[in-house]
Amino acid sequence: MHQLTIAEVIRGLRDRQFSSVEITRHLLDRIQQLDGNYNSFITVTDQLAMAQAAAADARLAQGGAPALCGVPIAHKDIFCTSGVRTSCGSRMLDNFVPPYDATVVEKFNAASAVTLGKTNMDEFAMGSSNETSYYGPVKNPWNTDCVPGGSSGGSAAAVAALLVPGATATDTGGSIRQPAALTNTTGLKPTYGRVSRWGMIAFASSLDQAGPIARSAEDVAYLLTVMAGHDEKDSTSLNRPVQDYTLNLNDPIAGLRIGVPKEYFGEGLNADTAARIEDALKEFERLGAELVEVSLPHTELAVPAYYVIAPAEASANLSRFDGVRYGYRCEDPQDLRDLYMRSRGEGFGDEVQRRILVGTYALSAGYYDAYYNKAQQVRRLIKQDFVQAFEKVDVIMGPTSPSPAFALGAKKADPVAMYLEDIYTIATNLAGLPGMSLPCGLVNSMPVGLQIIGNYLDEARMLNVAHQFQQVTDWHRQHANLASAV
Amino acid sequence: MGWEIVIGLEVHVQLSTKSKLFSGASTRFGAEPNTQACAIDLAMPGTLPVPNEEAFRYAVMFGLAMNAEIGRRSVFERKNYFYPDLPKGYQTTQLAEPIVGAGEVEIHLEDGSSKMVRLHHAHLEEDAGKSLHEAVFESGHGMSGIDLNRAGTPLIEIVSEPDMRSAAEAVAYLKKIHSIVTYLGISDGDMSQGSMRCDANVSVRLKGEEKLGTRTELKNINSFRFVERAIKVEAERQIDILEDGGSIVQETRLYDADKNETRSMRSKEVANDYRYFPCPDLLPVILSDDYVEKLRGELPELPDAKAARFQGDYKLSAYDADQLTQERAIADYFETVAKESGEPKLAANWITGELAALLNREELSIARSPVSAEQLAGLILRIKDNTISGKIAKQVFEAIAEGEGDADTVIEQRGLKQVSDTGAIEQLVDQVIAASAAQVENYRNADEAKRPKMMGYFVGQIMKASKGQANPQMINEILKEKLDALL
Repeated sequence: MHQLTIAEVIRGLRDRQFSSVEITRHLLDRIQQLDGNYNSFITVTDQLAMAQAAAADARLAQGGAPALCGVPIAHKDIFCTSGVRTSCGSRMLDNFVPPYDATVVEKFNAASAVTLGKTNMDEFAMGSSNETSYYGPVKNPWNTDCVPGGSSGGSAAAVAALLVPGATATDTGGSIRQPAALTNTTGLKPTYGRVSRWGMIAFASSLDQAGPIARSAEDVAYLLTVMAGHDEKDSTSLNRPVQDYTLNLNDPIAGLRIGVPKEYFGEGLNADTAARIEDALKEFERLGAELVEVSLPHTELAVPAYYVIAPAEASANLSRFDGVRYGYRCEDPQDLRDLYMRSRGEGFGDEVQRRILVGTYALSAGYYDAYYNKAQQVRRLIKQDFVQAFEKVDVIMGPTSPSPAFALGAKKADPVAMYLEDIYTIATNLAGLPGMSLPCGLVNSMPVGLQIIGNYLDEARMLNVAHQFQQVTDWHRQHANLASAV
Repeated sequence: MGWEIVIGLEVHVQLSTKSKLFSGASTRFGAEPNTQACAIDLAMPGTLPVPNEEAFRYAVMFGLAMNAEIGRRSVFERKNYFYPDLPKGYQTTQLAEPIVGAGEVEIHLEDGSSKMVRLHHAHLEEDAGKSLHEAVFESGHGMSGIDLNRAGTPLIEIVSEPDMRSAAEAVAYLKKIHSIVTYLGISDGDMSQGSMRCDANVSVRLKGEEKLGTRTELKNINSFRFVERAIKVEAERQIDILEDGGSIVQETRLYDADKNETRSMRSKEVANDYRYFPCPDLLPVILSDDYVEKLRGELPELPDAKAARFQGDYKLSAYDADQLTQERAIADYFETVAKESGEPKLAANWITGELAALLNREELSIARSPVSAEQLAGLILRIKDNTISGKIAKQVFEAIAEGEGDADTVIEQRGLKQVSDTGAIEQLVDQVIAASAAQVENYRNADEAKRPKMMGYFVGQIMKASKGQANPQMINEILKEKLDALL
């Protein structure tokens, strides 16, 4: 049962092959027995899941239930869940139980999906390897000596380890796509504003966007259809109609113009990874697509601009964690200053503190123009690059990540090397464009992800393109050599 | 060579929207601590601000009333600093692109003169909560409490140019702002509840000097009277220092009303780098011409326009018109009295005189006046038809204020009806003339020109004898007739 995709679970539930209670129980057992190997969950919500599954079965029996009714999923621990601890991977929020649901969570609850638990993540979504979590690193199911990518490493690993068929995730600079690439899963970061950020703990507000990770483009389409939509509680959410993303999956893609940015195939890209990407592009040509070389000339400025803007926003977003109202408070503070300094010094890990410092510096008097303003200018240029490219092509494709998963600890001491993990994904966040990653082969038995970047609000086409690829390839059906359940 | 005081004011006005600037929590004053703070106000993780449209409407109305430019595009920024009553660790405010740009307003001084004060800009921002340092917890431990009911309440911060040259001008400006915001109905303007708060930037320079002196900022002065006193005492302090050859330190100072002095706040708080940057949770707000013009059309009559109309319609002096239009409620009260009595000048005199004194003495607002506009109009009607004299009217007014009923009831019950019976008055006149032989003799011997003045004595005696109830005009006529008959 754990190998089923969401589409298959939906059919199984409707055909009464199994109940939601049965598949939920099965997956909870699997998590309990196997997740010690991967550490992909921070919190498993057994009781909640079983209650939701029973309710979903009742709703299914009545007929007319929404598609996701009874389907088990997991939420990245960045989404607030009413009554369930929401840690954001941080000691700061180890004791935090929100009294409200994130809009994303609310939508899945309304659709009667079943929440198995909260997945591990880099602390406050800051990291590309899932090693900054207060709850310990997540391990890649394909090789537990390797990282699963980050920051949504828990969601990606849980899906790859067949603990759950799909999970929510968030992406500020690549945090959905890079872990999806490293774990052979399919993940999509929607257009900025397509999914509500309400109740999603902010890292960098102008870049953060929630999206799904699953085992196929079709499954991603099912999840995105639930997640997407305008939310009056989020002023930055787009007030545009939402379509059922599963409807256009089978459209032919002959004549599709695929932009291939030359800047994404330069120095720094692993040669074997490049070969898998080129194989995938040839596959698309066989499907009738046309490859068009495009240029995104400001690509190399994306990482530096991102590492000004994201930390600047984070430095303010994380100011609320001050030990006063909720979250971690140091023992026996001597005065206000001591309360602030020790609560934040002890509650936040190194990478979070590093980014708060960087962001605070970038916004300081005398540096603001040189850093923050300059980075915003670069951001506009990067967006302009994409706008021009999309005048000529329908989608853009390239690698998601420069190389397959690396060993745990390999880049921990070198923040810049870690930051370059996201060199191909960051620009889409800066531009607000949708991006996705899907499996396209293996290098030394480790997965490689193909990135598809779409035009604004063109998620349906991206999913259609990805689904067509997955109809003629089976990379996405390959599973890691997993430890087996007792 | 004298000193010149230069003052600029930053006035915070709490907008009377029902809910907060970025959340749906109530803004009502005086609730139990933390009962009007929702997850957004508490800055719970993952919560997001949604701007309150009504606050924008109010701010635009204010800008229009100040003849100011309206920011067709305004941007919220984050002002970063740590304080326990600031839940997010930043205040959401406006800086580079405020909702209201440059404007100007006319202020009226007590000597009858007027002057223009320029508005630098006004911006929308959220208020912070309150720290409660008094014994909050029975257990003590020297802990402070935080009340976040006020956190997120919408404010407009109104920043003037340094155009005021005396404490009196500063007060006149503040009163004008108060008058405008209450006319617009965008704030209750209640300084005692903190709905209107004022910071003053004060510097001094030798008269004729063009360069501004070093300024100090006086924080949170919470009454009109304290504004005047704080500015005076701070200017004196600065002049003393400069005359002793010293120099002024640019700093924030606190006014201590009990000691009537200003003192330095810790300089640390001045040296903050607030690291402003545009708030990524909020999009720029774009206002259309239609929106702004529609609001312009909906503006109520403002104090200056009303004062001009009062001068024209009711033939009031500029001074009276200005006095009566500072508060919308007073202006409305006046119009009721003027219309019902048909005596606008008398109405103006009574409102700026007896009524103002009464309200001042009882510390009441016009809304709680013990004498209603209808009652005052009734009183004036009785003066007008000679039922009572002006002097008796004051007695009747006090009785109305005491709750004895309207003018007719009081006059009736206290028997204050003016004596206008010719026979009765003639009798009184005869009595007084008979009892004042010496004065009558003087009158007869006096110059023609001096005689009218000399009549005052007789009138006074007759009035006294009538217990104030004799019709003064009739006394004058009959007395003159009888005295002249003795010539």
